[in-house]
Amino acid sequence: MTDEVLTAAQSGLIACEDCGLLSQSASADLPGFCPRCGAELRSRRDGSIERTWALVIAAAICYVPANVLPVLGTTTLGSTEYDTIMGGVVFLYTSGSWPLALIVLIASVMVPLGKLVALGYLLITVQRGSIKSNRERTRLYRLVEFIGRWSMLDVFVDTFTVALVQLQPLMSVQPGAGVVFFAAVVVLTMIAAESFDPRLIWDASAAQES
Amino acid sequence: MHTLACPDCDLLQVLPEVPPGGRARCARCDRTLVSRSTDPLDRPLALTIAALLVLIIANAAPLMGLSAVGRHASTTIIGGAYSMWLDGQQITAAIVAFCAVIAPAGFVLFTLSVLLGARRDPVPAWVADMLRWAEHMRPWSMVEVMMLGILVALIKIAELAKVTPGIGMYAVGALMLLIPAIIVSFDPDEVWQRIQWADPEAAPRAGDDPATAASR
Repeated sequence: MTDEVLTAAQSGLIACEDCGLLSQSASADLPGFCPRCGAELRSRRDGSIERTWALVIAAAICYVPANVLPVLGTTTLGSTEYDTIMGGVVFLYTSGSWPLALIVLIASVMVPLGKLVALGYLLITVQRGSIKSNRERTRLYRLVEFIGRWSMLDVFVDTFTVALVQLQPLMSVQPGAGVVFFAAVVVLTMIAAESFDPRLIWDASAAQES
Repeated sequence: MHTLACPDCDLLQVLPEVPPGGRARCARCDRTLVSRSTDPLDRPLALTIAALLVLIIANAAPLMGLSAVGRHASTTIIGGAYSMWLDGQQITAAIVAFCAVIAPAGFVLFTLSVLLGARRDPVPAWVADMLRWAEHMRPWSMVEVMMLGILVALIKIAELAKVTPGIGMYAVGALMLLIPAIIVSFDPDEVWQRIQWADPEAAPRAGDDPATAASR
């Protein structure tokens, strides 16, 4: 890395998170507002680490009932059969559409778990002041941000299955108690990714240089 | 030339003028800093108007229909959320309605108002709030995820009964392509550079580096 490395924070500047304008902050504690777009200026997102941890832990708690409780119940002539998320994947696999089973498995099981692990790893390395593989960690953060929305897939599948299969008394489908926990995992991890500030990954290197 | 800080790693860097259609990445973390569109306002406006029309069709027309034992059933997007609500899943219904209807509609409408406001000179200050709202809606607008969800549901149900795709499904498919096209063709920097400053006294005079200013 070159020796000409200077961050906005080191030079007493703040980049507006909304419009990108660089401003000279009058004081570090009270940066004020962006003169161009009027947004509140902040050098780093407020309480980023604490907020992200809280959301990650909440999402991890919801992840358990999301996978253990059924997401769909199918009633055929009076008897009801319940399916969990994994049950839905197995159903798709045994009914012959393994590419779809793979998509649902990745979106519903692996992506939420991967996001929790990735955010936990980013938080721990930032708290330890790690200066290693900053580029890769920033890339991991961007991946988490980009991929998170795809976990909502199973919620949409369940919604449209429930809405369409209403042939009482022959056959009907109801949502199970797991759906709301599953949706909660997706929403909580998305907010967690938004509250994490990737600039913290680089702050440890800046602190070590000066 | 202008100075900016990378939103992902805070590195200060001086960028040369980026030509239309060009892109600049952060020297340290690889994040795209500038992505200039060849037609930054008119093309996204045309796409946004198209998206608005398609959005109305997607929400009004049935997504798919099911026929079994002489009976027929069909559903719309909001009908899906409503059946979740009726089955005691009110929170899930609200999340589905937000991600499938409210956020996409919000994104399209806020972007439309930004693009219409940006045709005036100077760009009025309220455009800043509209642009912020469009940005807030963007991650929650899950049209492409919903499209895949509809397809998976269709294939699952096809095991049990005869299903037919409806007009709404084709509209969702079109919307799935239009929204990313708006995002790619629209360059918010174009709006920010011409917007009326919230603090007129801090606005740059001719010759100043427009990217740096003193905060109030």
